[in-house]
Amino acid sequence: MGSERLKTPELSETDDLEPQRSAPARTTALTNLWRIKKYLYPYRFRLALLWTMVLLNIASGLAIPPLVGRAIDGPIADRDMRGLWIIVGFIALLGAADAILQLSRRYMQTTTAMAIEADMRAGLYEHLQRLHTGFHDRWQTGQLLARVTSDLGMIRRFFAGGLVFAITSIGMILIIMGQLVFIEWRLALIVAASAVPLFLIGRKFFKGYLPAARSEQDQSGEVSSAAEESALGIRAIKALGRGPLMAARFEKEAAELRDRGINKSLIASRSWSGYDAIATAAIGAVLVFGSVMVAEGRMTVGDLTAFVMLQLALLWPIEASGWVMAHGNEAMTAADRVYEVFDTEPAIKDRPGAKAIDRSEVRGELVFEDVRFGYEDDSRDILRGVDLRVKPGETVAIAGKTGSGKSTLVSLPSRLNDPTGGRILLDGTDIRDLRLANLRSVVTTAFEEATLFSMSVRENLALGRPDADEADLEAALRVAQAEFVHDLPYGLDTRIGEQGLSLSGGQRQRLALARAVVVRPAVLVLDDPLSALDVHTEELVERALAQVLRETTALVVVHRPSTVALADRVALLHEGRIAAFGKHSELMAQSPEYVDVLSAEFERSTVEEVSA
Amino acid sequence: MTVMPAKQADKHVSWRGQAESAEADRTSAEVDDAASIKELRSQSRKLLGSMIRPHKKAIAFLCGILLVQNFTSMATPLLVMFGIDNAIPAIRDRGDYSVLIGIAVAFAVVSVVKYVCVRLYIAQSAKVGNAMLFALRNRVFRKFQDLSVSFHERFTSGRVTARQSSDMESIREMTENGVDDLVLAGLNVITITVVMLVIDPRLAAVTLLTFPLMILLGRWFNKVSTLAYRRARETVALLIVYFVESMGGVRAVQAYRREERDRELFAGLNTDNRFAQAKGHQQNAVMSGGMRGIGHLATVVVLVFGGWQVMQGNTEVGVLAAFLLYMKRFFDPLNELVQFYNVLQSATSALEKISGVLDEKVEVAEPEEPRSIDHPRGELRFDNVRFQYREDQVVLPGLDLRIPGGQTMALVGATGAGKTTIAKLVSRFYDPKAGTVSLDGVDLRDLTERDLRENIVMITQENFLFNGTIAENIELGKPGAGRERIIEAAKVVGAHEFIDALPEGYDTHVRKRGGRLSAGQRQLVVFARAFLADPRVLILDEATSSLDIPSERLVQRALRTILADRTAIIIAHRLSTVEIADRVLVLEHGRIIEDGHPNELIDHGGEYATLHRQWEDSLV
Ligand SMILES: Nc1ncnc2c1ncn2[C@@H]1O[C@H](COP(=O)(O)OP(=O)(O)OP(=O)(O)O)[C@@H](O)[C@H]1O
Ligand SMILES: Nc1ncnc2c1ncn2[C@@H]1O[C@H](COP(=O)(O)OP(=O)(O)OP(=O)(O)O)[C@@H](O)[C@H]1O
Ligand SMILES: [Mg+2]
Ligand SMILES: [Mg+2]
Repeated sequence: MGSERLKTPELSETDDLEPQRSAPARTTALTNLWRIKKYLYPYRFRLALLWTMVLLNIASGLAIPPLVGRAIDGPIADRDMRGLWIIVGFIALLGAADAILQLSRRYMQTTTAMAIEADMRAGLYEHLQRLHTGFHDRWQTGQLLARVTSDLGMIRRFFAGGLVFAITSIGMILIIMGQLVFIEWRLALIVAASAVPLFLIGRKFFKGYLPAARSEQDQSGEVSSAAEESALGIRAIKALGRGPLMAARFEKEAAELRDRGINKSLIASRSWSGYDAIATAAIGAVLVFGSVMVAEGRMTVGDLTAFVMLQLALLWPIEASGWVMAHGNEAMTAADRVYEVFDTEPAIKDRPGAKAIDRSEVRGELVFEDVRFGYEDDSRDILRGVDLRVKPGETVAIAGKTGSGKSTLVSLPSRLNDPTGGRILLDGTDIRDLRLANLRSVVTTAFEEATLFSMSVRENLALGRPDADEADLEAALRVAQAEFVHDLPYGLDTRIGEQGLSLSGGQRQRLALARAVVVRPAVLVLDDPLSALDVHTEELVERALAQVLRETTALVVVHRPSTVALADRVALLHEGRIAAFGKHSELMAQSPEYVDVLSAEFERSTVEEVSA
Repeated sequence: MTVMPAKQADKHVSWRGQAESAEADRTSAEVDDAASIKELRSQSRKLLGSMIRPHKKAIAFLCGILLVQNFTSMATPLLVMFGIDNAIPAIRDRGDYSVLIGIAVAFAVVSVVKYVCVRLYIAQSAKVGNAMLFALRNRVFRKFQDLSVSFHERFTSGRVTARQSSDMESIREMTENGVDDLVLAGLNVITITVVMLVIDPRLAAVTLLTFPLMILLGRWFNKVSTLAYRRARETVALLIVYFVESMGGVRAVQAYRREERDRELFAGLNTDNRFAQAKGHQQNAVMSGGMRGIGHLATVVVLVFGGWQVMQGNTEVGVLAAFLLYMKRFFDPLNELVQFYNVLQSATSALEKISGVLDEKVEVAEPEEPRSIDHPRGELRFDNVRFQYREDQVVLPGLDLRIPGGQTMALVGATGAGKTTIAKLVSRFYDPKAGTVSLDGVDLRDLTERDLRENIVMITQENFLFNGTIAENIELGKPGAGRERIIEAAKVVGAHEFIDALPEGYDTHVRKRGGRLSAGQRQLVVFARAFLADPRVLILDEATSSLDIPSERLVQRALRTILADRTAIIIAHRLSTVEIADRVLVLEHGRIIEDGHPNELIDHGGEYATLHRQWEDSLV
């Protein structure tokens, strides 16, 4: 039963997108299913009650047929109407109890299973929230979604259906086997012998089915991802008229899913289709040997009849065990997929003994000391020793060419990424020694792309400060020149489209800016905050923003000379280092690289040259 | 002013905000009145029919297999009886083993037939089921691609995903589990009813009296659970919408410490979904208890009535015993079936949702009688075009505009003035509410999708990259273009340098939404894509907003050559971009307030001149 034989060659096409995507060894898959017990624990009393009810239900179900037999052999044969009424009364009572037990146990079974599923979903969600952006970049949303919905559903169905069924079946098989041995042990041996091929087939089944189920589930995640991506990118697709191309690509993924689904079922068809046949053959064998034994007088006809009748009752549980095994396998792979996510440790988290800081006590001095950074599984070093000291209350602009690492640099102070070398100090403390939640309330970032959600404007605005009052929101809207929200049909309560796409580009950007301003952080990071604004609005925003920036330390990524006006000093990021740092006018005079990147002359000369 | 906390009570409307149309969350087929619910049901039946139709033969074959299987199952007990009654006396009395051998052979045959049946059934049904799902998946995907941008705007990508993942999953579950049980149980009910009628018609009649009860129970379940499962489909869709969106924006969630609030909201949806899902299952539990009860009731009635009959001497004890045994075999499979009913209901609701999507009217539809343009000149015309997204907010009150073929026109104006809207009308993301937009005199609504997209390409304000390599993303502009042309396009827009510096060059995987590239780099890739597409009419909506000045300069140069013989609409806030245009249009609240050559407008001393001065000042 070694797990080393379970390597799956057909899954070698895994790309670098999802790490560790290979079929699990059976043992780990089982372990992972077992790890779910953590979620069962809070329900242990309910589960105990449930299992008691299941057992009672089995007992009540099994008790009725003998009573019926008694009624026939007793009162009916004896023509005793009164006796019949008594027995029938018992049967009616038992029947009612059985029906009620059945009802309530199923009711409880599904209610509990749903509750456990919901708990696991919430747990998975919480874990996903903590995982760093690198993880989320790499995993398609569809794959995560598949884990949160269909995988958890599979596990739930197994616990609520398959498992209960399996255990009752095993119980029934054991009871019946006991009776068989009691009736005639030699014939029972034949039945026992038939378990050997059943077992062998079952083992083979596990070996083939587990990876097949896994690869089907993985592909199902791919299909969801394709669906999600093509819905999100519908504008890009329509703008180019690539609907048919996308459909063809989707068809390829869907065909793969179909083929994997069929492959999985073929494995099932090759194995447990034999179950029913073997059990039937065993009946045949018993009948033949039994008949001989009866003929030789070593057994009575009644015993043989009873024996075979019991064996007939075994048929259904054995036949169904194939189905149960398939479900079990699927639950195992599902658990494995779920734990793949659970087992990914958040790369950025609180160090032990991290300190809490109070927003009101932060002065806002931000120091980069020899900061180095490279993205995981990327050989290039984006930052190669950044030294930068931002004084409390100062606004520093970061300039640099496209792709020079500006956004990367400004993602560090709020620990959206951790430097691979060097350190960043906030008021003299390494930011990694501060509590993450604390730190992020002190340092707030407005990204280059306005990440808005399809919720009310208010909810979007108050994202970083749920307790902000109306006046705070108003003030922030004024700073960002985003008063247009009042003209929306329901004002602040209007739901804005997904990613804010029911707003114009500039409106989106201003809303995102207002969102950052609402937080009133000690350190404000603005990544190219005015790129989508027209000249006139830009000037208005700049004027208002200047007021806010006076009170906070700020890092502002700039592309335009016009935005540089916001800053006290400018740092030029070039080849992973701060190549120049000073006032705009100084740098214009001293640094040729700076002139290269940000010269107004340059821009104007472009115009002249082009329009000439 | 009273201070009101922004965080409101946990009611959905409050955080989700007020949707602008009542139908925000559903397709128009899903309106709640009784008539449309019925209509939806019948549509979903039709859909099911259309799914099954191509596989009629295979399904007939499957039914054949099940019939044989049912026959062998029935044969097993009979063979046992026959063996015990005949083989043993033959051996004992005559030493004749031939009967026993015959039985053994019969058993061997039955076993083999069973094996073949089960194996064939599993394999065949998997093929049919998967093929049906495959076809449905493709149909739904294509439909979503056809639906208009405004549909997607209100439906949201999360719900699109929900229809294509969890709803499909429900249907898959149905095709994978239990259809055979349903058919077998049906066959079983029929056979056993016949057998019971043969054994004792009066007792059989008494048993059949429970049928109305079962039908009532089934009806009840059908009615209540339909509502429950419909609701469950909706709650799971909401859950998925939230999940997809909050995971897509997880950076913002983390940066703004929104985890807790997010968890709260997700937990709310999670709980709603849990109860909605549980409801149908709980009703199913009631049904399963009810079925058992009915079975026991039948036993009791038959026992009393049959016992009385036996006492009256109308029936034999043996007959009653056999009858009771058959009755058990009648009810047992029905009990199992109750669970399958659950799966069936869930799948039916999913089918309803999907048929709602498939029946949705395509707002921006392909023309019935398309007109073609042979040699496009690229002349664009707006004739009295009125457009609004919302009833009461007119974005373009009445636009008249002619852009001759080959002209490069710049569109400037304050944010929210309607520039992007004009671009979207030209690329037919929306149709105007009144008036026409035409290309070379042909109304855009009369052009086929293919002709339209071949001639008009837009670079949208949001730079969307697909999960794939850089080369694949550029290639989207012209599928099938070779590597050289891709590299050439990248070179022209100035993207080659950075792409070449990436570890795997053009084969670098950009990851989800291009997360591996910087904003400017993404913009360059999208630019290269549009350049490769090589259309007659090119629309650039802020295509250089995230670029640094040197890159912009490069792009500018490229544009001059690219646009020389092409119609172009350039939307930009940086006037450096505007000045390569032959003509500038200044837009205010959807109206053209100035129109002319850039230099002319500067001399003219109007709005554009002011803008230009402001921009020049900002550069210093
Ligand atoms: N998640 C990532 N994984 C790997 N590489 C990345 C990732 N994000 C960015 N990069 C790379 O790091 C470099 C710097 O990117 P960054 O986004 O910091 O640039 P930037 O200076 O902000 O550019 P822009 O002005 O275009 O916004 C780029 O070459 C980019 O390809
Ligand atoms: N999908 C939409 N649904 C509803 N309203 C919309 C939608 N798209 C745009 N609007 C509204 O229409 C108006 C014009 O928007 P448009 O995108 O055309 O502006 P724009 O001139 O491109 O502005 P910007 O320079 O900021 O991109 C804005 O008030 C905007 O809020
Ligand atoms: Mg950037
Ligand atoms: Mg716009």
